[in-house]
Amino acid sequence: MVKIDYFMNLRNLTIKQIHQGLLKRDFSAVELAEYFLREIESKNPDLFAYLFFDKQKVLLQAKQVDEWISEGREISELAGIPFAVKDNILVEGIPCTAGSKILENYIAPYDATVIKKLKRKGAVVLGKTNLDEFAMGSSNEYSAFGICKNPYDKERVSGGSSGGSAAAVAANLAVFALGSDTGGSIRQPASFCGVVGLKPTYGAVSRFGLIAMASSLDQIGPITKTVEDAALVFDVIKGKDPSDSTSLEVKEKELEFNLSNLKAGIPKEFFIKGIDPDVEKVVKEAIKRIEEQGVKIKEVSLPHCTDYALATYYIIMPSEASSNLARYDGIRYGFSWPEAKDLQEVYFYSRAKGFGEEVRRRIMLGTFSLSSGYYDAYYLRAQKVRTLIRQDFQQAFEEVDVILTPTSPTVAFKIGERAKDPLSMYLSDIFVTAVNLAGLPAVSVPCGKAHQLPVGIQIIGEPFQEKKILKVGEFFEKL
Amino acid sequence: MITKEEVKHIAKLARLHMDSEEEEKFTKELSVIIDYIEKLKEVDVSAIPPTSHPFEVENIVREDTEEKSKPELVAKLIQAAPAREKAYIKVKPILKWSK
Repeated sequence: MVKIDYFMNLRNLTIKQIHQGLLKRDFSAVELAEYFLREIESKNPDLFAYLFFDKQKVLLQAKQVDEWISEGREISELAGIPFAVKDNILVEGIPCTAGSKILENYIAPYDATVIKKLKRKGAVVLGKTNLDEFAMGSSNEYSAFGICKNPYDKERVSGGSSGGSAAAVAANLAVFALGSDTGGSIRQPASFCGVVGLKPTYGAVSRFGLIAMASSLDQIGPITKTVEDAALVFDVIKGKDPSDSTSLEVKEKELEFNLSNLKAGIPKEFFIKGIDPDVEKVVKEAIKRIEEQGVKIKEVSLPHCTDYALATYYIIMPSEASSNLARYDGIRYGFSWPEAKDLQEVYFYSRAKGFGEEVRRRIMLGTFSLSSGYYDAYYLRAQKVRTLIRQDFQQAFEEVDVILTPTSPTVAFKIGERAKDPLSMYLSDIFVTAVNLAGLPAVSVPCGKAHQLPVGIQIIGEPFQEKKILKVGEFFEKL
Repeated sequence: MITKEEVKHIAKLARLHMDSEEEEKFTKELSVIIDYIEKLKEVDVSAIPPTSHPFEVENIVREDTEEKSKPELVAKLIQAAPAREKAYIKVKPILKWSK
């Protein structure tokens, strides 16, 4: 009977609490995995957070951890912790579709570095989560296999592109999940689903085994129930990797600060018209509460970071994506059009039929920006504006320790509301994309509700200041 | 703005087959997005260097040595190809025989 009570409360357990439960043998890793599998089986058909899970493989991993425990071996805090993986991160031996028909039957031949690191600690892969095709989208509606809905309101989107990962954590179908963030894809769905989402500093986490979208922007990061869990997972996945030459060693200074000597900047340009007044109220209220705790609030200016950041992003991201996606040629892996008569047709038809509409739109946009005669006017100009965006942040950080903004200008929107208008979809990422352009770390933490739906606050820090932004995040979490 | 002719040309460069209905649709949609990104023309960037990497990092180099992959991995990678023969990936002919 004791065990049953435990499971009833499992949905609220953090990584550390589960770790204690395993050590005290309140439950085994297998029992824990079975609990999550049952939850997935009952809730996933409606929610569609997972694209794939394999019971046998899950139980096998959990059994291994139970053996370690019964042998009396010391286990890591992540041992036996069931987690979900966005389906653009490779897990050996199981499908990796990137939410695209072009990779529908692709089986990952190796583990991404982040997966290798987590498996080494004994964390248990539950399955692969839904995403906008090739991580291109802000609502999950562009998944080729169907939309992952928002657990708070099934008529609304879970956000994107890591909507499946955020919904899985929010609906308690995983203890934590991995996502990827190119222009807000971890933070925006975390905000929509009321969970914590960390986008680490560019280069802090290896991207070996992540299906590339825009290489100067992409980062892998955790989506969790609590800030403490995000810190634990980040600690395991970070670090330099010889297989990813853009990865860097994280040099964190030991932090000694309290709220009373912290200076937080509020960018005046970010509370713009277009932001939902109820969302604005919740975020401003949260900022007021932190001010009452002694944090000094200072208005800062990021003049290039609203309109120009999004326009810059929509040149740089598709340009890099169009070249990264050139590898889907119908020859090496993935879908190949069976009726092709010659090599040209293999390329033209495999890509036309394998890629969905949004992916093709971005490939077209990127190819346009990079094409002869337009390169200087678009791509090169965007890279120059990117320098100005970086400088905006550098100047702001001379005066403040962290910058606070809403994560998204609205709460989760209704399914279908924006899918027909690509530009209105892009605008939902107005506060998050600048951070990727500047390579900074940022975390979205739930800070209240508007229209009965979660609202997230975004905390942006200087490069490699993940600890500091998470510390600040812990405060908002307690509100 | 982008013209239908330009869309056709870009689709060809991107190796995407497109029927004329799609060409129309993409012309409309891409025009809206391109008009939006035109905003950047307002910014004076004459003295600004471009950013291709968010941080100033030095080149990362390594010894140019051979690293062998496990034969099982090689086999799996070949297996992923849609058309194969023995340990090779099969492609359509790229040369034509002239008689």
